[in-house]
Amino acid sequence: MMRAIPFTRLDTSAVGRWWWTVDRWTLGAVATLMGIGALLTLAASPAVAQRIGAPSFHFVYRHAVFIPLAAGIVWLVSLQTHRTVRRLGAIGFLVSMGLMLLTLVVGEEVKGATRWITLPGFSLQPSEFIKPTFAVVTAWMFSESRASANAFPGDWIAVVLYGAVILLLLLQPDIGMSLVVSVVWAIQYFLAGLGLFWVLLLVVGGLFSGVGAYFLFDHVRSRVDRFLDPDSGDSYQIAKALQAFHKGGLIGTGPGEGRVKEVLPDAHTDFIFAVAGEEFGLILCLLMVGLFAFVVLRGFARALRSDSLFVLLATSGLLVQFGLQAIINMASSLRLMPTKGMTLPFISYGGSSMLALSVGMGMVLALTRRQAGEGDLP
Amino acid sequence: MSIVLFRRCERFLYPGADVLATRLPWGRHNDTRQRALDMGRTRLLVVGGVFLLVFVVIVGRLVEITAFASEESGREARRAPKTMVPMGRADITDRNGIVLATSLPTVNLYADPRVVLDPEEAARKTVTALPDLNFGDVLEKLSSDKSFVYLKRYLTPNQQYEINRRGIVGLSFEQGERRVYPHGPLMAHVIGAVDTDNHGIAGLEKTFNDRLTVHPDRSLSLSLDVRLQHIVRDELLRSVGEFRAMGGTGVIADVHTGELLAMVSLPDFDPNGSQNASDAQFNRATLGLYEMGSTFKLFTATAALDGGSARLESRYDATNMVKFSHFTIRDYHPQNRWLSVSEIMIHSSNIGAARMALEAGTKTMREYLDRLGLLRPLPLEIPETGTPIVPNPWREINTVTVSYGHGLAVTPVHMATAISTLVNGGIHRPATLIRRAPEMAESGERVLKPETSRHLRRLMRQVVEEGTGTKADVPGYFVGGKTGTAEKSRGGGYARKALLSSFVAAFPMDDPRYAVIVIIDEPEGNKSTFGYATGGWTAAPAVGRVVARMAPVLGIAPVHTDWTEQPVHSAIVRMVASGAKE
Repeated sequence: MMRAIPFTRLDTSAVGRWWWTVDRWTLGAVATLMGIGALLTLAASPAVAQRIGAPSFHFVYRHAVFIPLAAGIVWLVSLQTHRTVRRLGAIGFLVSMGLMLLTLVVGEEVKGATRWITLPGFSLQPSEFIKPTFAVVTAWMFSESRASANAFPGDWIAVVLYGAVILLLLLQPDIGMSLVVSVVWAIQYFLAGLGLFWVLLLVVGGLFSGVGAYFLFDHVRSRVDRFLDPDSGDSYQIAKALQAFHKGGLIGTGPGEGRVKEVLPDAHTDFIFAVAGEEFGLILCLLMVGLFAFVVLRGFARALRSDSLFVLLATSGLLVQFGLQAIINMASSLRLMPTKGMTLPFISYGGSSMLALSVGMGMVLALTRRQAGEGDLP
Repeated sequence: MSIVLFRRCERFLYPGADVLATRLPWGRHNDTRQRALDMGRTRLLVVGGVFLLVFVVIVGRLVEITAFASEESGREARRAPKTMVPMGRADITDRNGIVLATSLPTVNLYADPRVVLDPEEAARKTVTALPDLNFGDVLEKLSSDKSFVYLKRYLTPNQQYEINRRGIVGLSFEQGERRVYPHGPLMAHVIGAVDTDNHGIAGLEKTFNDRLTVHPDRSLSLSLDVRLQHIVRDELLRSVGEFRAMGGTGVIADVHTGELLAMVSLPDFDPNGSQNASDAQFNRATLGLYEMGSTFKLFTATAALDGGSARLESRYDATNMVKFSHFTIRDYHPQNRWLSVSEIMIHSSNIGAARMALEAGTKTMREYLDRLGLLRPLPLEIPETGTPIVPNPWREINTVTVSYGHGLAVTPVHMATAISTLVNGGIHRPATLIRRAPEMAESGERVLKPETSRHLRRLMRQVVEEGTGTKADVPGYFVGGKTGTAEKSRGGGYARKALLSSFVAAFPMDDPRYAVIVIIDEPEGNKSTFGYATGGWTAAPAVGRVVARMAPVLGIAPVHTDWTEQPVHSAIVRMVASGAKE
């Protein structure tokens, strides 16, 4: 490790300072996850590509382009100061909102939802970028309204922005994304010291929204029904996924030896965890869960040390989003909850998702860099 | 890892720095921010705890599934999806629940020619997938300007796959169901058929169309017994082939309930195949109206005995043939003497029957034929039923001819009903094709004295014991019956060579349970019958074979009788094995 250190303590360039201040453990965990993602995409995606008639390595090549891009973004963003991160969040949020509005007009409909803007060679999903940037904006608003005695109406702005974001997401419609954004926002509000009465109200409201979604959206109801009673409908995919885990056992069937990727349509995205379980076994799965848990909890620990409420709120929000996505994906594959299409951060194939997560993780790294004073932004 | 995770990096403070910190602009006089920060930290610990818990649950579940949940994952994989497609039409079963007609899900292939991009290419692909289709026909259909044309009905899953695999634009599948008759021609006439829209168009499918579609989950249970149906058809096929007849029909009825246990009409057809109207679809058993011939003498005797004009020992002059208006009545087996009622039956004397009928009188004859249901339309559940052709006006000469079975045409099922009434103690019950539980049997209508029924049983048994029907006898089963050989009417006269040979029977005569009717249409005599094609030589052996095969199936034990040297059971076994050639 020591020999690998490229910068001496005396190096005071931006990169040099970055190396000595950034959380290298988290950086290592994220890099490992990306490596595992590359490995699993290599394992799972050729079967999917063949099924849709694309060249076998279609997804592999694209993923191979996205990984360095993502790594570059993580690095670039993590170089920034808190103030820049805050600005980046605000600007990114406004741009994303604009693009989401645009989606409603020119968006491409895929599987019943309008989420994508088609660019040459790449489809952009603006709502992915809403998640990290909105977390930063929310953190800014909450911390600003608590920065001094004179009342800056940050809470109210956060509430209004939240309403706008959810409205746009439901128009697409994108229930999964709405859920993640809502949970992140609610936890941030909770951390910002929301009164216990309001916390209770939020929880109850969340439950009601869940029930409402069940009755309002047919596909939500069908998935919940099938989770509660696998016999009530087609539970083929999840049954196959569970079989895959069992078949894989402790060390897996070996790379490329799995079969589940041939029958599951989203083996390279939503069900990649099952592919990991089948081909690489329990050991790799536990390593992946451990890495996700490590990134989240270590990030929390770093946030605790900060004297800045903004840093605490923003870091927590970004990490909750990251962790929640991982949990939903893995729990779906393990039949711990109704299946919900959600990418596994840095593992699943998917350009927009990966780039957005890189932005978020870059911000986490930037915010958790050790700083002299570690005080709040003036 | 845990060390790294939980190590609190205490900020290094130079001596006095803690004091210094209070002087920093952002740390001073700002309790609001500090309180918010403290609360945020506390609550973040809670959130972190929740996340840790969830990750632990996921790890637990992973271990569980990988190591222990083999039972669950295995069960879920094994469990077939519950995709029992509800069918729109109920099954039809025999009396023992054997499926006679059922519905299976299928798909029909249709096209929307307006959407088809290149009719020629589409037609070529379609024909390679379904080689039994004709390229020209398909092309013509796909080139039409309609919006909907059927290309093929009832595709197998494999054919559907082949079509899907070729991805022909404009072709689609329609979910449908297909009526299937697993027993093929065995019950064809009874069950009938449905059209391409599964709408009953013949037989029970037509009669019970509403019942079958309103309660698609409740199968319709018939009175028929597949086993008996098979026996009758088998023996009838044999006889029809043996005597090179143009057809035949056979009926088994339960004499106490009126249920028909078997009803066969030959030639028949396979209802699963394409249905082209032909002679084979004609149901001789219910729609065929025949002058039955000598079997009607039983009804003449019934009218005379029950009406009181004759007793068993009454004798009639049969010494010479009788001229009646321009008819000359002669006997087939002339005895040229006075005959008792028994002897008239045993020798099947037309002269005796005519004299018996004249003595009983036209009114009594008509009365009893009507009581036995022989002058009324056949009351059966299928639409294909015949109405008897009754002489009109009915003069005395008609009474004479009807006494030996000419000039009045009825269906074979009419005969089965009438014979049942004769032997069951005199209770008339309409025939039925629907299963009746014993306690649900119709009470019926008493039309004869029990004593008359007893006499008739004795007469019928005598015919088999010592008369024209000896070839129907089966040792131990007391078969009784009457032969009939009618000349078929052809264009106003009667054709000597075109016979309708029949045998009506019931058994066991000491306590009759089943009536068996076999009619062979235009048999030809052969060497084994010394050229005879009469009922006694053609139909009677068939009845005997049917009885010998059906009795063990129904669990009726033979009764040992003294007048045969051989043990009864071995005689039956030999009979069945050798096909009762005698």
